[in-house]
Amino acid sequence: MVCGAAGSGKTLLATEFLVRGATELGERGVFMTFEESVEDLTADVASLGFDLAALIAQKKIIIDHVRINRHEIEETGEYDLEGLFIRLDHAIKSVRAKRVVLDTIEALFAGFSNPGILRIELARLFRWLKDKGVTAVITGERGEGTLTRHGLEEYVSDAVVVLDNRVDDQVSTRRLRIVKYRGSSHGTNEYPFLIGRSGLSVLPITSLGLQHEAPLDRVSTGLEALDAMLGGKGFYRGSSILLSGPAGTGKSSLAAHFVDAACRRGERCVYFLFEESPSQYMRNMRSIGIHLEAWMKDGSLHFRAARPALLGLEQHLVAMHREIEEVRPTVVVVDPINDLMSTGTASAVKATLLRLVDYLKTSHITALFSSLTSGDAHEQTTDTGISSLMDTWILLRAVEEKGQRHRGLYVLKSRGMPHSNELCPYSITDRGVQLIRRAPRTLKRRTR
Amino acid sequence: MKPAARKGAEQWNLRLYVAGQTPKCITAFANLKKLCEERLHGKYSIEVIDLLKKPQLASGDQILAIPTLVRRLPSPMKKIIGDLSDTERVLVGLDLVPKR
Repeated sequence: MVCGAAGSGKTLLATEFLVRGATELGERGVFMTFEESVEDLTADVASLGFDLAALIAQKKIIIDHVRINRHEIEETGEYDLEGLFIRLDHAIKSVRAKRVVLDTIEALFAGFSNPGILRIELARLFRWLKDKGVTAVITGERGEGTLTRHGLEEYVSDAVVVLDNRVDDQVSTRRLRIVKYRGSSHGTNEYPFLIGRSGLSVLPITSLGLQHEAPLDRVSTGLEALDAMLGGKGFYRGSSILLSGPAGTGKSSLAAHFVDAACRRGERCVYFLFEESPSQYMRNMRSIGIHLEAWMKDGSLHFRAARPALLGLEQHLVAMHREIEEVRPTVVVVDPINDLMSTGTASAVKATLLRLVDYLKTSHITALFSSLTSGDAHEQTTDTGISSLMDTWILLRAVEEKGQRHRGLYVLKSRGMPHSNELCPYSITDRGVQLIRRAPRTLKRRTR
Repeated sequence: MKPAARKGAEQWNLRLYVAGQTPKCITAFANLKKLCEERLHGKYSIEVIDLLKKPQLASGDQILAIPTLVRRLPSPMKKIIGDLSDTERVLVGLDLVPKR
């Protein structure tokens, strides 16, 4: 049973259930629609890339449009809904269906005046479907105080999913919740979902455990000197790196080095830009001698630029998730995460990032997050909030000294490797970021 | 059959959808037969369709309830569901008496 208000995506979920069954799992389906005509339904889901007409032609899906017109029906004495059973049975048999959708069966309540008969017949229908061994998705309009307008959830014993579309702060987010799922330990939270180019995408709120494997191999930061500071080998593959610093300290430039190096190794990268357009970013990087255009052209570098305010936090996460699923990169850059943070409350942001980090880690994707801090503060509260999620934290600083602004970098933490503790000065030149490393011995003498 | 010269002389084409020989269906057919003989003698035809034998016919006339009586002619099409035991309502449904 899938219930939700109008426009919450019930029909879509039901359609996707049939289409995926037919195209990916070899399970044919019957779609019994009580509201939309076959043509409308086909047109509606075509935008999601579902070609219902072709599936109907291939006899993988059968759509039966049940029209009920109360005005032309007179009720005289006893009746039952055997006709509906026969129609459904005929449809199921004609394609040997394993999946059935009834959308929205509650329309029957508008077509017949005797709810008593309907209730008995619907209860019989659901039992009958079960006996047939078909999996049925039954949609229902959300009611006042009950999950469905006519309390159908009482008859459906196996699973109840509630869809919801809420607007918080002018941003609407679709959410899905499993109210009941017999015989399984299901998640009880509300899970945000998106309706996009390829149907529904759902993301679990939190992964159940910290069980991802930790890879041992390392990836270069793109700068030899920085690799040296990180135990000589760079980041761990699949680790999460926070790069924080005030404006103009070269966060994006360092990220560009990292991405450039990954592409040179023949890996694929996804770069999420939240402040600049890809062409602007590439132009800026060209000025410091990092040429990313070629990587974009040969498909190893994918940009995804969006204004954070465009979508809710959850939707960003789902969109990022999907982009990553599509491109299957080994390196991901989020530049910067501050803009994401402005889209939600601190706890929501942390939960979102936690899920993103978890997902990236389980997929063994090395992720670089840049974070803009205000110049004077040593560590910003937002940074400390998320730094516990990060394996490596590189801090960029700007120091004014003798009328000049010096940039310095140090590795605040890097889990699982010996790393340098020095504040390493660097400059941004037309050949990229240049770290000015002093020999460790000299350094020791100088510092005291 | 005489051509439709005066009002009410047109041919009545009725279809009764049933599902096997259930009591409801048998009652419906008996009620229908009786009513037609009384009111439409000589100018009606009844076609009984057993959906258990011809399930593919259910979608054509949008049949859900059993038994369903469909008045195919004269148009417009009318549907009457149930065992037709409420004669008054059947007559209303068939437009044989005006709706009160």
